[in-house]
Amino acid sequence: MSNECKVDGGRRRLVVATAAVGGVGAIAALVPFVSSMLPSERAKAAGAPVEVDIGSLEPGQMITVEWRGKPVWIINRTAQMLETLPKLDDSVADPKSDKNMQPEYCKNEARSIKPEIMVVVGICTHLGCSPSAKFKRGAEEGMDNAWLGGFLCPCHGSTFDFAGRVFKSKPAPDNLEVPKHMYLSDKRILIGEDKKGA
Amino acid sequence: MASNTNFEKYKSDGSLQGNLLEWFDARFPATSMWRGHLSEYYAPKNFNFWYFFGSLAMLVLVIQIVTGIFLVMHYKPDASLNDNGIPVAFASVEYIMRDVNWGWLIRYMHSTGASAFFIVVYLHMFRGMLYGSYRQPRELIWIFGTLIFLCLMAEAFMGYLLPWGQMSFWGAQVIVNLFSAIPLIGEPLSVWIRGDFVVGDATLNRFFSFHVIAVPLVLLGLIAAHILALHEVGSNNPDGVEIKKRKDVHGNPLDGIPFHPYYTVKDIVGVVVFLMVFSIIVFFAPEGGGYFLEYNNFLPADPLKTPPHIAPVWYFTPYYSLLRAMVWPLFGIDAKFWGVVLMGAGVVILAFLPWLDRSPVKSIRYRGPIYKTLLTLFVISFVLLGFLGTQPPSYAFFGFIPGAPVAQILTAFYFLFFLTMPWWSRIDKYKPEPDRVTM
Repeated sequence: MSNECKVDGGRRRLVVATAAVGGVGAIAALVPFVSSMLPSERAKAAGAPVEVDIGSLEPGQMITVEWRGKPVWIINRTAQMLETLPKLDDSVADPKSDKNMQPEYCKNEARSIKPEIMVVVGICTHLGCSPSAKFKRGAEEGMDNAWLGGFLCPCHGSTFDFAGRVFKSKPAPDNLEVPKHMYLSDKRILIGEDKKGA
Repeated sequence: MASNTNFEKYKSDGSLQGNLLEWFDARFPATSMWRGHLSEYYAPKNFNFWYFFGSLAMLVLVIQIVTGIFLVMHYKPDASLNDNGIPVAFASVEYIMRDVNWGWLIRYMHSTGASAFFIVVYLHMFRGMLYGSYRQPRELIWIFGTLIFLCLMAEAFMGYLLPWGQMSFWGAQVIVNLFSAIPLIGEPLSVWIRGDFVVGDATLNRFFSFHVIAVPLVLLGLIAAHILALHEVGSNNPDGVEIKKRKDVHGNPLDGIPFHPYYTVKDIVGVVVFLMVFSIIVFFAPEGGGYFLEYNNFLPADPLKTPPHIAPVWYFTPYYSLLRAMVWPLFGIDAKFWGVVLMGAGVVILAFLPWLDRSPVKSIRYRGPIYKTLLTLFVISFVLLGFLGTQPPSYAFFGFIPGAPVAQILTAFYFLFFLTMPWWSRIDKYKPEPDRVTM
């Protein structure tokens, strides 16, 4: 009992300082482990631009190509498909594409360089599923009668129009992403790079 | 308990004077642990059917660990394509199913075991809610239990990626993307979890590592803590009365019986019945009608095409429904973030049950009509949320009652059940608890 009160202040400070330094060391030792889980140099180097020939893409058709492990859709939209876009301005969440989901040159009604050719990342902005094409109208696609055609995400029911604009009150927060792309010629598209670079 | 070890009997050089057990006891608490946790652990004598599920969960854990060890001998966590254009991981599971001796049995035991684990654990948790097993002084047992449940979810989720089928891939894609909903840090966090910008080989390999070693280690530690905490305070029982209040001349609870042999033998009966049901599923219905093994997972992962309908395995679907219920942005943050918050809160809120429940009695036997009604509604809504989680968002009951708003109402009920519990559990009628347990 008698020596209980004799706390050596200097020693206590040394113990605390030693523990603090040791703690810093322990945290520093975490860095390599946590960092090892980030994308490796090889993973970062992957993702070269993809060149696509759209010469045989008929109006109303869609192809899917892989870019950076993701599906990219190229859709040759018909006049009827494009006509639906202005009608839906009141039903979609971001009609003017104000959010930064496309390069500047695609911030227009059709969200594309050429009105008919849509290039868009086919990954729902909600949780990353790939929406399914529902190009026909209404009940033919198992949708409601007001459906004018577009895309339905099978995971959580988000719907998108022919320009990849998300409808209001759906789980997906943003329009589908339009990747950087440019026309190498009339029929050849390079995805992942534009005139300003990758 | 060093006092039980008869250390004084031994020669100073430690050589054997008594029998082998005594030699051990002088060096390791074998007998004292046996007594403390089994032969002299006094459990209430009125345990019923509901008390099988704790020991059954331990049995399923052993099944999963043993079958898992043997599966790892043949499985390859590799997303690259083989000469036939099939991902190596997917092909190695097919190889286990077709070419490894008894591989089909070991794999079906493991895949059925995953579902069995959740069946048993859900019933085990429900038992706690029936009899107030989470109440003081057992709050910590319940909190460890909630953490075990979270670990189990992580373990099941990461294990589901390994066969590298369509559902594996897209399920992981969705769940990892949940983290990207967190403001500011979300996007880098999800990249860190995946180890790549998309779910790929890096993701598969790290999930394999977590599934096989990291999470099981944490799980075992938590289970040890769960049981140690239980044996510290003693088991609850269907009457919810403390048996330690009434003790005999030896200081043992009057209403307690030694866990071994009484409950070890009783639990063996449970094990036999469980293994009968388990075997029937493993041998005759290992796919569980598409609920235990989803049909889309028999297709190799295709990063370019989501299956037309994706749903998590059945045991996640109630929480998946909570996630989907949230479609409105709030405070300027996307709806998907709040969906994630709801899903997480749905599990975490369980941990607060000991403090939400203000009833003067523990067991449903002495509770009033409000608790009985609300608990019944809670179970019904949990099952319905689970069912709706297996269905596409466009589902309608009988073809005309839309499922999505129903899921939203049930989600509101799920949370109101817990959040208003401090109020209704206090005003509810209750019967006086008996002094001792009833049989």
